[in-house]
Amino acid sequence: MAADPKQTHVATQWKHESRFICCRFDPQGRYVFAGAEDYAIHRFEVDTGTKVTLPEHDCWVRAFAFTPDGETMISAGSDGQLVWWPVAEAQPKPQRTVAAHDGWIRALAVSPDGKILASGGNDNRLKLWNIADGTLIHESPPHDSNVYSTFFHPGGEFVLSGTLLGAVKQWEVGTGKLVREFDAKTLHTYNGGQAVDYGGIRSMALSPDGQYFACGGLHKASNPLGAVNEPLVELFEWESQKKKVSHISDGKKGIIWRVVYHPDAFLIGGCGGSGGGLLFFWKPDQDKPFHTVKLPDTVRDMDLHPDGLRIATAHYDRHIRISSMTPKA
Amino acid sequence: MRCDYACGTADHGIARRQFLGGLAAGSAAGIVGGLGTLTQPAAAKELATSQKRVLLFFMSGGLSQLESWDPKPKTDTGGPFRAIPTSVPGTHISELLPLTAQQMHHLAIVRSVNTKENEHSKGRFMMECGRRQMAGAKYPHIGAVAAKALAPENATLPGHIHITPGGSGGRSDNAAYLGPKYASIILGNGKPPQNSARAAELTVDADSRRNAFRRQLNNRFTARRKTAETDVYTYNYEQAQQLMRQGEVFDVSKEPAADHERYGKHAFGKHCLLARRLLENGITFVQVSHSNYDTHNENFNFHLEQVGEFDRSFSAIVNDLAVRGMLESTLIVVMSEFGRTPRINSRYGRDHWGKAWSVVLGGGRIHPGAVYGATNKNGTAVSDKEVDHGELFHTYLQAVGLDSTQSFHVGGREMPMADPAVSAIDELLV
Repeated sequence: MAADPKQTHVATQWKHESRFICCRFDPQGRYVFAGAEDYAIHRFEVDTGTKVTLPEHDCWVRAFAFTPDGETMISAGSDGQLVWWPVAEAQPKPQRTVAAHDGWIRALAVSPDGKILASGGNDNRLKLWNIADGTLIHESPPHDSNVYSTFFHPGGEFVLSGTLLGAVKQWEVGTGKLVREFDAKTLHTYNGGQAVDYGGIRSMALSPDGQYFACGGLHKASNPLGAVNEPLVELFEWESQKKKVSHISDGKKGIIWRVVYHPDAFLIGGCGGSGGGLLFFWKPDQDKPFHTVKLPDTVRDMDLHPDGLRIATAHYDRHIRISSMTPKA
Repeated sequence: MRCDYACGTADHGIARRQFLGGLAAGSAAGIVGGLGTLTQPAAAKELATSQKRVLLFFMSGGLSQLESWDPKPKTDTGGPFRAIPTSVPGTHISELLPLTAQQMHHLAIVRSVNTKENEHSKGRFMMECGRRQMAGAKYPHIGAVAAKALAPENATLPGHIHITPGGSGGRSDNAAYLGPKYASIILGNGKPPQNSARAAELTVDADSRRNAFRRQLNNRFTARRKTAETDVYTYNYEQAQQLMRQGEVFDVSKEPAADHERYGKHAFGKHCLLARRLLENGITFVQVSHSNYDTHNENFNFHLEQVGEFDRSFSAIVNDLAVRGMLESTLIVVMSEFGRTPRINSRYGRDHWGKAWSVVLGGGRIHPGAVYGATNKNGTAVSDKEVDHGELFHTYLQAVGLDSTQSFHVGGREMPMADPAVSAIDELLV
C-alpha cells in the first residue's frame, strides 16, 4: 500500500506516567523506543503497545541510534554517557557504557555499514566511536557552539554536524577532516534584548535520490523566551550547496524537532511548540506544505516506520502516538 | 542671611552637612578617594575593613531555583541537570554552577523564599525595596538605603550604582523619600556615567572658568533663598565635576588582562570586574544585572547559556572579595523577582513562581556555608522556615551592620528603614 499523507490520522496511542522527550522505531519496525522525563527509556511493542522500561540512565535520554541489523540500540542523554542495549531481549540490560561527552549528548547517528557511531553534544564536539568495542575513533575540533544534530550521508563517506549557531559541517569519516560547510545561519537567532542564542540545527535529512539536504529548526524568533517563533526547514542542493527552497509553515508557531524523508521523496517535519503538535508534508519544489496534520498535543520528536506508512510522535501529554498515512479502517 | 529651607527639617540639614563635607574634602585634598585612595596601602586596608558595601546580582526575569540553588534531580520536576557537591559538605547545587560550588563556603543559601508574587514588576519591587508595592506609597531601593546609611560623609563618588546589560545610562527614580541624591546612577552596558567626559572642544581652562561662574551665581542665589531641591541641584553639579576627575574609576580596561580572562570576556564578565573595581574604590552599593532568565520556553537550554556565563564571573568575584579581605565588609546578594515553576511546561519551559524559591547571600555578617530553610521533595512548596522579601530586606541591612529597626527622619515623619511588621533572619547572621 502506498502512503497517502492526506489520509494521516492517529491510529493508536499509548499513555505513560511521564512526559515524553524523544522516540525512534527500531530498523525492523518492531518497537518504538521513547525517552521520558522520568529518566528512563520505554520500549513499546508496535503491534501490541506492550511496554518494557529500561531504567539504567541517570538522566533525561535525548537520542537513540540503531545498528542497521536492528540488533543493537545505543542511547544517550544529559549524563554524557553512551549505553549499548540489545534491542529485542525481553528485559534488555546494558551491554556497554561509555563516558563519552562532557555534558549532554544531544544527537546520535550510526553509519550505513553499522560500524561507526557519531555523537554530538554540549562540549561542542562531534565524536566517532567504534560500535563493536566502544572505543573512540575520532574527535572533532570544537564547534562554534553546542552540537545539536548529526547525520551520516548514506554513502558512508561523510558525517555531518549541526550546531546551535547554525553551522553545518561535513566531515570525512575516514580521516576526520572537515570537507565543507553549509550556511544554515537562518536557523539561528541572537536576541539582543533577551541576550540569548536560540534555534539551531535540530535535525538533518537527505532526499532518497541524494539531491536535497534538509536542515530543520525555527526562524522568526521575535521572542525566544516566550516561544514566539515559526518552524523552518532550509533545503539545499547537496552537490552545489545552493539553497533550493525554505520550507515554511504558513504562519504556524513552533519548532521542527525532526525531519525525515519518505521513500516517495516528500519531506515530513515533526513540529511542536506554542502552536501545538503538527506534522508537515513538503515537496522539494514548494515552500509551503502540501498537507498539514494537527495532532492532539505538542510534539517533541517524530520518526517514520520502516514500512513508510506509520509515523511515531512523542508528546508532552504523556502519549506516544502512531499515525497512519492510510485511509481509516 | 539665614538658610531657609522650604520644609525646614533636620534631615535636610544633615544632607547639607554631608554635601559640604564632601566638597570640603574635595577642595582640601584636590579630590582624592577612589583610585588615589587605593594607591595608599594603609588607606586601602582601612577601606577594606571598615566601610560596609553591598554587591547585588539581579537575575532578571526570574532565575530557576531548580537549575541553580535548589536542584531536585530525579523527581518529576527535576529536569535534565544533576546536582553536584560543593565546598560545604552536604550541600549540593546544580551542575550548572561548578565554579560557584567551590565558593559555597563563603555563601549561604535561603531555600525557603515565598513572596506569593508572580508578576515581574511587583516581584522586583518587593525584592529590591523589601515591601509590597502599594498605590500612593513609595519605598527606596536597597541601594538607596545603603547609600544613605553607609556611604561616608566625604564620599566623592556616588553611593548607588547599577550596571545593566544594555541601556544608555542616566539616573533612576528609585530613592523615594530619601531623595534623588541616593537614586541609582546607571552604567548602561558598563559604560561610564553619561556625559562624564569633558567635551573635546572645551578646554580645561574654559571649563574651570565656566564652573567658577556657576558657583558664583549659585552662592548669590543661596544667600537669599535655598531649598533641598537647589541643594541637590548644586550637589549634582559638584558630583559630576568629581566624577569627571575620577573617570578612571569607571574604566574597566585598566584591570589586568588576566582578570578579564578569568572573569570571562562576555559583557557580564566585564560588568562583574567593573563591580569589583567600583567596590574597591569605595562605592557603597553596586548592582549587576544579568539577563535573561524568563524562560517560559526551552528553560534548560537558556539556563545552560546564562547560568554557565554567570558561574564563571560570579565565582571569580566571590573569590576575589574573599582573597582581598573585603568579604567581611561586603554583603553579596543574588536575587530575582521570583523563581520558576517546578512544573515543566510543554515547551520545556518553566513559568513564574514566587511560592518556593531561593536567594543567595554572602559576606558581612552572613553565616558562611549556611543553608536556611527547605522546599519539599519536588520543590512545589516551602517545607521549612518560610521567609519573605521583608525578612530578607531586614537581613541584608543587618548583615552590613545597620539596625534595620531604625527609621529615617523625613519631613518630620519617621520612615522605617525596613518593614516593621517583620524582622531579620537571625539564624543567618553571625
